[in-house]
Amino acid sequence: MKKLINIVSLMLLSAVMVGCSSFGGGDNGTASNGTAGTNGAANGATTTGIDGGATFSGHVLDDPSSPLSTKVIYFEFDSSAIAPEYEAVVAAHAAYLAANSTVSIVLEGHTDERGTREYNVALSENRAKSVLDLLSLQGVTGSQVDITAYGEEKPAALGHDEQSWQLNRRVELVYPAH
Amino acid sequence: MQHLIKLAFLILLSVTCYAQAAPLQIEITQGVASAQPIAVVPFSVGANVGVVNVDVAAIIAGDLSRSGRFKTLARTDILNRPLTADQVNFRSWQALGQDNLVIGSISKEPNGQLSVQFQLFDVYKGEQLTGFKIPTDAKNLRGVAHRISDLIYEKLTGQKGAFSTRIAYVTSRVNIAGKIEYKIQVADADGYGPRTIVTSSEPLMSPAWTSKGDKISYVSYERGRSSIYTQTLSTGQRTKLRSFKGINGAPAWSPDDSQMALTLSKDGNANIYIYNVITGAFRRLTNSYAIDTEPSWSPDGRQILFTSGRGGKPQLYQISVNGGRASRVTREGGYNARGRYAPDGKSIVMVHRVGKKYQIGSLNLKTGFTSVLTKGNLDESPTFAPNGSMILYSTKDGLKSILAAVSSDGKVKQKFRLQGGEVREPAWSPFK
Repeated sequence: MKKLINIVSLMLLSAVMVGCSSFGGGDNGTASNGTAGTNGAANGATTTGIDGGATFSGHVLDDPSSPLSTKVIYFEFDSSAIAPEYEAVVAAHAAYLAANSTVSIVLEGHTDERGTREYNVALSENRAKSVLDLLSLQGVTGSQVDITAYGEEKPAALGHDEQSWQLNRRVELVYPAH
Repeated sequence: MQHLIKLAFLILLSVTCYAQAAPLQIEITQGVASAQPIAVVPFSVGANVGVVNVDVAAIIAGDLSRSGRFKTLARTDILNRPLTADQVNFRSWQALGQDNLVIGSISKEPNGQLSVQFQLFDVYKGEQLTGFKIPTDAKNLRGVAHRISDLIYEKLTGQKGAFSTRIAYVTSRVNIAGKIEYKIQVADADGYGPRTIVTSSEPLMSPAWTSKGDKISYVSYERGRSSIYTQTLSTGQRTKLRSFKGINGAPAWSPDDSQMALTLSKDGNANIYIYNVITGAFRRLTNSYAIDTEPSWSPDGRQILFTSGRGGKPQLYQISVNGGRASRVTREGGYNARGRYAPDGKSIVMVHRVGKKYQIGSLNLKTGFTSVLTKGNLDESPTFAPNGSMILYSTKDGLKSILAAVSSDGKVKQKFRLQGGEVREPAWSPFK
């Protein structure tokens, strides 16, 4: 038997309880996911190495040798176009989602701090939509995908230079159940 | 058996009526030589008044000098302190180069109530320009001081004073748990007495006053997506506006508070909508495939100014509240966004890119001339004082985001410093 205790959304002082949907926590699938072995969370597939040597026995989404382990896509300034280097990453996620129709994903769009805040919210939504469009083209159904547009409000890096900005212009692919 | 305990997220959200917070510090960074000299004599306190820990004269002097229109005489140069009009020796104030003089007193009335009395004099004519006696209690002395500043300012400039107004803004700081904590605070226009009205572990943004000034609308991500809330300041109670899939942002109240302009992306991409408070209906105002956002109402309530990417780069456009064709307003520069009308409707301020710098620009709608008011790299969110005299905005001070103010002619500048944390997105309240 497997028990999944999911503590969501503890809100204090006068606010109402809300439902959880799209909080993934951090970047790059850092959510802890049980112990090693032939385990995969609720909806996951399991990988096993067959040629000896190094094997990866965690969840396929965490396999460092798989493009699925990449869960952040970076963008150019003021652009929502997906760079060619990320096409394989998006394709891998699309294939995974298409093969696992009960799995859902949240695309969290972000921008750097330049430009006005509400405009950046819209720009970050456009970035997430670029990823959504590519996923849809590869067979992912719309109901599997949710978008949250954060604009510049949740920076990954706090500096005020290009080094930080390039880390902040991003879409995070968050699997809420993972 | 396997136990998988997963803490998906912990939202700490509190909505409060008023909680005290760290005070703001104001520093005038640029003044004008042409400022009018004025002496504000420390107010006398009646023997039976008791302990008064508010320096009324200092607050008035601070208000007047921050406006940039006045140069107040340093207290160390105020050698004689007349208590009544007949004690005033106008010649000695002329010798000190003062145009105007303010004297006043705090006294206790026979009924036990406190009152503050002040008189404003023209030093050269040797006559009183105005004078009032204002009943109050010890708790409201600071408010009375700002009202006196308003009366003096209006008498001497012909323009209504905005010292009794308030400002709202967003703060964020990393808490002890290493997570960003977002707040919206409200303070007096001089930065005094900041109070937190809402706290969240998810982003809060875009605070907007109702035109009546009794409520603030803002965007909160506490539900994992953006929603607009409207909170009554006196009670701390709030209501959530019906929210839609996608963006729910950029709230802006009409001058009569009967409608709210906002940004929704429910029909595809970000466009401007008008929410009617009475009918509860949402009406789509703009219809473009590019980003349309950041609406602002013209003071007469007939036009909406907004940012659009329809021309390739963000520029400001204007559209009738009833719809129709939008016309481009900004022509100068490759980036103009988040415009706000001046209270007289004759100019707008906006974020204007100069080279690689985002600065505050002011566009005269009659002449079409754009002037750059600030010098920062990442200046944003300009908001007019309700009398149009000053523009508050956010800027970077080193690595931190702080608030700064500039007079509408660009001549007077000041910085507001809050202890710890980032301060941004100021919104100046309307007149009370």
